[in-house]
Amino acid sequence: MSTATGLESFTAPRRLSQAARGERGVIVRVAPAADSRSGAVDAGELERRLLELGFVEGATVEILHEGAFGRDPIAVRLDDARVALRRREAAAVEVRFETGATA
Amino acid sequence: MTDAVLAPVRLALVGNPNTGKTALYNALTGSRQKVANYAGVTVERKEGVLTAPSGRLINVLDLPGTYSLRARSPDEAVTRDAVLGRLAGETPPDVIVCVADSTNLRLVLRLALELKQVGRPFVLALNMYDIAQRQGLRIDLEGLARELGAPIVTTVATRKRGIEELVAQAEALAGSMPAGVNVWHEPSASEIRGAHAEAQRLLKAYVRPPERPDTVTGRIDNVLLHPVAGLVILSAIMFVMFQAVFAWATPLADLIEAGFTALGGLVASVTPDGLLRSLLVDGLIAGVGSVLVFLPQILTVFLFILILEDSGYMARAAFLMDRIMGAAGLHGRAFIPLLSSHACAIPGVMAARVIDQKHDRLTTILIAPLMTCSARIPVYTLIIGALIPRSTVWGVLNLQGLVMFGLYASGIVSGLIVAFVIRTLFWRGASEPFMMELPTYRWPDPENVLRNLWQRGMIFISRAGRIILPLMVLVWALSTFPYPPEGATGPAIDYSFAGLIGHFIQPLLAPIGFNWQMSIALVPGMAAREVAVAALGTVYAVGDVDGAGQATLASILHAQWSLATGLSFLAWYVFAPQCVATLGVVRRETNGWLWPTVMFSYMFALAYVASLATYWGAVALGWG
Repeated sequence: MSTATGLESFTAPRRLSQAARGERGVIVRVAPAADSRSGAVDAGELERRLLELGFVEGATVEILHEGAFGRDPIAVRLDDARVALRRREAAAVEVRFETGATA
Repeated sequence: MTDAVLAPVRLALVGNPNTGKTALYNALTGSRQKVANYAGVTVERKEGVLTAPSGRLINVLDLPGTYSLRARSPDEAVTRDAVLGRLAGETPPDVIVCVADSTNLRLVLRLALELKQVGRPFVLALNMYDIAQRQGLRIDLEGLARELGAPIVTTVATRKRGIEELVAQAEALAGSMPAGVNVWHEPSASEIRGAHAEAQRLLKAYVRPPERPDTVTGRIDNVLLHPVAGLVILSAIMFVMFQAVFAWATPLADLIEAGFTALGGLVASVTPDGLLRSLLVDGLIAGVGSVLVFLPQILTVFLFILILEDSGYMARAAFLMDRIMGAAGLHGRAFIPLLSSHACAIPGVMAARVIDQKHDRLTTILIAPLMTCSARIPVYTLIIGALIPRSTVWGVLNLQGLVMFGLYASGIVSGLIVAFVIRTLFWRGASEPFMMELPTYRWPDPENVLRNLWQRGMIFISRAGRIILPLMVLVWALSTFPYPPEGATGPAIDYSFAGLIGHFIQPLLAPIGFNWQMSIALVPGMAAREVAVAALGTVYAVGDVDGAGQATLASILHAQWSLATGLSFLAWYVFAPQCVATLGVVRRETNGWLWPTVMFSYMFALAYVASLATYWGAVALGWG
């Protein structure tokens, strides 16, 4: 599946929440800001929930769709699954995006 | 050993959401299922039974879907406790069946690794194996089974393939493998990472990626999740559903109502006049009829929900609506229950089951009755027809239609405001992050849909009906007893408990412009909102309010009510909890009287304040 030839270049890590439709890359860090809260969920819990859904270092992501209002939430391809989440939670995921892969 | 042979094997089905777990459960147990609640929680307990070829009985427990034993919701807590064998009042399962979507193994392998720590024997059921084969996905079953320390069975639940082998494996495990030592503990973030790495290693070693991966889902999503086209299609689907409720369900409901009226007439003709006849006809038959009359709407709404859920579209609808619903503090999935509530709050409240998180679900249930249900329409039509002039506004708009629109809009707007207030004042920060898998699209399995539909209908009749029917009989009793004294001139209801209550609360309702007739009509009107029309007919001694009677009643109201009183009554009906059936269903869905009480209180308070403001506002405008 992956076309990792070692020749593509990657951007410096950016938050998944800042990505636009069509961008794809590899997750390099899953770490909510230590004092952040996501509703009922604190940073440690959010980290575990993201991990459980498959947001883990080394996984590939691609933004497939954006919501109609405020381009939120987003739908991403995560390895071989599809996952929807809000940008607020996506901010905890850092990704090295492929350059030149944006739509 | 005879004891061991006779004792049934207890299986528990565990798996990620959308793995066809319920289809497998249905394939295993067929129609031998029962639904109840776990003690003390609102989570549904689904258990079925089958007889193995060996003659041994096998109990199957269908546990709520989860990604981890680390429970994040009451549903997932049930799964965890059942697996660990520490669920109060439950015997621990002998064998755990871990159900996996064969085309999406990554996350379930991580769950299987957690199950391995529990030490209880488990089987991995690779479901939807036909799709995996069609995609050219190759799985080294032997190697994977060896590493996991658990047998693997491939299944196609919708075609009933692999079921016998699964039963045989489970039975063999139950006989041969004692439960080991439980070393499971709640994994930390780094342990989850470690399990991911292990799952990744297993995938690499034993699973060859598909030669023809599914591209259909992606292509469908390009249309259905398109910011514009997606919303247009969602609106169209909702429009069809809404139409279906009115076009299919309403005639059926009318038929049921007519049937029970006819049955009542028949029984009345063969029983002597008196208490027994009244109890049978107006109490019991009318009561049972008023429960069954909801069934067509419930079944129609759930038919749509089950198809949307089974096909994978429900998650997309939630995605599309999340931002809009989120503004009011609601979950994207609240959209469908709230839309259903415009037909009737009862299917709406039941449909809130599509929301997993407790607070999100309760908020949705609490505001569902504020949506304008079809039972309000007769009340609105009567009052608007009687008191609102048939004039034109700004040249084009019909004033009566405008008022009707205003009433609908008030329901929606107030519902969103109440949700917002609940979320910001009471459950501040209780909102759960919106994160979910978008499952692969697939055709809904008709057998599954029908079975689940049947189950919903039975649950409503047997469990909600058990609460609604006595409440209906109570309302009847209040409106009937005691009988009027000899030579009484007023309508009989005036002398009943309803009359007493009406007169008693009248001073309380005077400030909002209600006369004693209205106050009395509210009591039988608790049976259902549209009953208020008949009740007004009774207290104004119009008799039958169908046909000509309705016009008579309207002219009486026109003569006796001020516009301010009429508007106040309309405002009351936007908010007041004038429906015991809804309260009964909330009692059933939330497993206690707390939430029906909260709903009853807040809606009455809101109704009173709204009517007060409406009445005095209208009086100030000279409409008193």
